[in-house]
Amino acid sequence: MANLFDHAIRLGDDALILGQRLSEWCGHAPMLEVDLALANIALDLIGQATLFLKLAGDEEGKGRDADALAFRRDVLDFRNCLLVEQPNGDFAQTVARQFLFSNWQELLMMEIAQAPSPALSAIAAKAVKEVAYHARYASEWVVRLGDGSEESRRRMIAGLDWMWRFVDELFDPVDGAPALRTEWDARIAGTLRAASLDLPKARRGVMGGRAGHHSEHLGHLLCEMQFLQRAYPGASW
Amino acid sequence: MSDKDSSSQAPTKEWPLWEVFVRARNGLSHKHAGSVHAADARMALEAARDTYTRRMEGVSIWVVPSSAITASDPGEASALFEPAADKVYRHPTFYTVPEGVKNL
Repeated sequence: MANLFDHAIRLGDDALILGQRLSEWCGHAPMLEVDLALANIALDLIGQATLFLKLAGDEEGKGRDADALAFRRDVLDFRNCLLVEQPNGDFAQTVARQFLFSNWQELLMMEIAQAPSPALSAIAAKAVKEVAYHARYASEWVVRLGDGSEESRRRMIAGLDWMWRFVDELFDPVDGAPALRTEWDARIAGTLRAASLDLPKARRGVMGGRAGHHSEHLGHLLCEMQFLQRAYPGASW
Repeated sequence: MSDKDSSSQAPTKEWPLWEVFVRARNGLSHKHAGSVHAADARMALEAARDTYTRRMEGVSIWVVPSSAITASDPGEASALFEPAADKVYRHPTFYTVPEGVKNL
């Protein structure tokens, strides 16, 4: 089991990077209602990231607050899983990423909410309600798209295929998360069955995010997210 | 009821419209809050949740297909509503309300 700082950084970075990714949809989603829903989920995640990163900063004790950790840290120091940094693609690809991630995050938050660390468990207990909704929202979209038109089905399958190789990393023992796999598998299989979709073909999992070995996508994301604080350190308004 | 032109264009690009009713607190009735587009009832509930209750406005939501609502004809407004205008005796304004009585 990792120490508190590492653990909080990982949880915070997962939420931060996915929140930033989702916010790229703002103003571009297929419908106004979907636009709002994705922005809401993004805000939930950024809220969680703020709490986890603040905890990490306090634990580290070097005077870095959540903003410093989010906006003035280099790409190699990010500890998020590779799944959350993957590009949005089309709406189905975004749904696929959210579906796989939120179902995992909900199980993880439920577990951490019971964990001995009171600081972590308090954040997780708050997050679990938000994430339960994310998981439900994404799962319903998987069914709608998978069991929808020929085109939506094709896109949903392509989206899941894109994201599937990043699943194994979620259950990296370093998080104490392998035990969640059985329940996660059952959830995913259940929803895919309802969507009349097959489980994506098993592929060799890509790992490395927890060690700072990221895909090229993360650098671009950080460029945009960190621009202001890099150009004008400490700027506020 | 729908005219033939629109029903023959299947499937439509636009999702159907749903009217959203939100109960602000237990004990109050659901009030009309607005409308959302959604392909099905569950999606409508979620869109309503994200659109109309994100600032703690509600504890319960109803969604109703807008097409299920029958509205009064504005052209008949004078026949429907104006006759009530001069019937002041229907307003209970002739009672004296004791001072200090709340919630009346």
